[in-house]
Amino acid sequence: MTEVDSLQSGLGLDPFVEDGEDDSGKDYVHIRIQQRNGKKSLTTIQGLEKSFDYKKVLKAFKKEFCCNGNVVEDAELGKVIQLQGDQRKNVSVFLTGNNLAKKDLIKIHGF
Amino acid sequence: MEENGEDLAVTNDKLSQLSVAEDGGLNLGEKKKKKKKKPLADAEEALTEVTEGAADDDAADAGQLLDMSLTKKKKKKKPKARADEDAVEVDETAEGEADGEAAEASGSGLPWDGSDRDYHYEEMLDRVFGILRENNPELTGEKRRTIMKPPQVAREGTKKTVFTNYMELCKTMNRQPEHVQLFLLAELGTSGSLDGQQRLVVKGRFQPKAFEGVLRRYVNEYVGCNSCKSIDTLLDRDSATRIISLRCQQCNASRTVAPIKAGFVARTSRRIKT
Ligand SMILES: [Zn+2]
Repeated sequence: MTEVDSLQSGLGLDPFVEDGEDDSGKDYVHIRIQQRNGKKSLTTIQGLEKSFDYKKVLKAFKKEFCCNGNVVEDAELGKVIQLQGDQRKNVSVFLTGNNLAKKDLIKIHGF
Repeated sequence: MEENGEDLAVTNDKLSQLSVAEDGGLNLGEKKKKKKKKPLADAEEALTEVTEGAADDDAADAGQLLDMSLTKKKKKKKPKARADEDAVEVDETAEGEADGEAAEASGSGLPWDGSDRDYHYEEMLDRVFGILRENNPELTGEKRRTIMKPPQVAREGTKKTVFTNYMELCKTMNRQPEHVQLFLLAELGTSGSLDGQQRLVVKGRFQPKAFEGVLRRYVNEYVGCNSCKSIDTLLDRDSATRIISLRCQQCNASRTVAPIKAGFVARTSRRIKT
């Protein structure tokens, strides 16, 4: 645990990384929304820590937000969780609340 | 003295009402602008009336008191000069009113007028900036508010949204329409294209607010200078490293920005059957 912490803080202080350059690679959790038919929408969560059991996380999401969802494997982006409806706020609160992701590493996209 | 105080209170009320007026413009760029100009002028006027209305010795008294108050509590006095500048928007009425006091208390706008006390550092600083602002406004490094028009959006059929003043906004931001489009579509998680009249047609229903929010983020990320908040900037791509950097035309600061491709266009939509 301390190992992870020191590793992350080390990353944060990396003198070779310029401000604003960070986005591309690192461990951001991206929460996105997509519109579907009518007022239906869909939330995707990409970039959760790889060590997580995605199925368990998904289960927790589903139970918490009362929505369906699934895990999709993407060639480039790894596993992505999809949820029905606009759950962006919920997901972000849930992730920070349960220490699954750091608040400043969560990026919410969409409008 | 007391009636004077009351009048002041009234003036305050008026001022706070004044400040409510807002421009409908989409205000990207600096949000925490502290400078308010119009109310300053108003405050001055009102205060002049107030002091003139009072009895002579009362007025002198008031002057004294105002002088005192400004030495002990004010941090941000601005000399009179700013009153003439174009008004923009107000958020801190109290301070604007205070400025009015400061200017009123002394004829020339200098807080130490009529006393032989030592100058305070902040007063001198304010004076310098006042003069600078008067003669060379561009040197003060002051943040000009950047006002962008709100996006105009129309519905095309039931499933598409047309962003009508898209080109205009791209021009305001001085960015390639393609770049903006890439970002917008990535953020909105949809697809779209330019039509014959150079409007952006986007699949899905979106409120103007949606565009506004995304554009705001775009400006923060790819237009605004981090150091001076100016939007007079250029995006350069280094062909060797493929790093995109944002260079400010005002202060020459530069920073790298995340490529939209990797950062944002990582779209999951392709896998979803709609
Ligand atoms: Zn700059």
